[in-house]
Amino acid sequence: MVAADSRASMGGYISSQSVKKIIEINPYMLGTMAGGAADCQFWHRNLGIKCRLHELENKRRISVSGASKLLANMLYSYRGMGLSVGTMIAGWDETGPGLYYVDNQGGRLKGDRFSVGSGSPYAYGVLDSGYKYDMSVEEASELARRSIYHATFRDGASGGVASVYHVGPEGWTKLSGDDVGELHYHYYPVAPAIAEQVMEEATAE
Amino acid sequence: MECVFGLVGNGFAIVAADTSAVHSILLHKNNEDKIMVLDSHKLVAASGEPGDRVQFTEYVQKNVSLYKFRNGISLTTAAAANFTRGELATALRKNPYSVNILMAGYDDEAGASLYYIDYIATLHKVDKGAFGYGSYFSLSTMDRHYRSDMSVEEAIELVDKCILEIRSRLVVAPPNFVIKIVDKDGARDYAWRQSVKDVTTAAV
Repeated sequence: MVAADSRASMGGYISSQSVKKIIEINPYMLGTMAGGAADCQFWHRNLGIKCRLHELENKRRISVSGASKLLANMLYSYRGMGLSVGTMIAGWDETGPGLYYVDNQGGRLKGDRFSVGSGSPYAYGVLDSGYKYDMSVEEASELARRSIYHATFRDGASGGVASVYHVGPEGWTKLSGDDVGELHYHYYPVAPAIAEQVMEEATAE
Repeated sequence: MECVFGLVGNGFAIVAADTSAVHSILLHKNNEDKIMVLDSHKLVAASGEPGDRVQFTEYVQKNVSLYKFRNGISLTTAAAANFTRGELATALRKNPYSVNILMAGYDDEAGASLYYIDYIATLHKVDKGAFGYGSYFSLSTMDRHYRSDMSVEEAIELVDKCILEIRSRLVVAPPNFVIKIVDKDGARDYAWRQSVKDVTTAAV
């Protein structure tokens, strides 16, 4: 399950509320964007090219491990040059589901759950407390949506739309895309307040 | 901060490393194996920047394998350690690697040995060594209790003493450690010491 917000900021200015942060590398692999938008978009596209070349050269799909290693090696060769990329590569290959965290320092970690970006500690809080390895798809997508919502609530650099994608044996599908402002009132509806005193209209005199 | 330490015993060498993958205040993973099996009778415990650590140790591992394929015989621990130091030294004044390494190995002639290789290409053959903030606690503990002919059980007791000290005194102490051993039968996992178990499947 992969989820992301859609806010881009330049310092204190919100430059966009509708950025696609989940990048479709190929029909069975997704990448997430955190850090520099240009760097992430470019290098994910580049990774897509390399994955396709692998398919053509080897007559089989590239594994998630291989794809993430390709990206990590590319980023490592540019280390110290100011790239800013914090990404997760999620996909499905013959070993099953795969999730890797890759960053601009060349670090690559295999894991079962990750959160990346300025709002990531907030998302981890919700994600960790609600996570079970054998949860259903519906529970997982709700947990993913909630994690993004709570991160957007507390972090100023996160907001916009919470998109949730599912990655399965047949590839990825987009499950939902909800505006986090609307999610807020969906999760925490405002009860009508009981007014103790009401100002009455003055009659025309 | 990453804690790596090791010691040489009677016909074996043991290395222990923490298993946390940290980015500023976030702990991304608490079961990251930082001790690489270099070949059948060598272990490399590495600490340092995430990209450098994996990339440099894999580079050394592939070159050690290449030597074996080309020459039909494995490098000795001393030769592998010197090769590693040479690569760090060559890169030092241009594009340095920020990796600290403890290389443990067993050779038929030399027996068990431990090499301390730091990020500025210092190389020392040692009986016990450590890197990271944990070294402030583990080095003195090892200095006090170490003897040159320890058995595996005694050495593990000493390693556990060090882990306990690090856990209780280091302010951002890593919760989990992995211990690996190399002796005449080869390099292998010995144990994990986990005080925080992750909810999910086994270590990756």
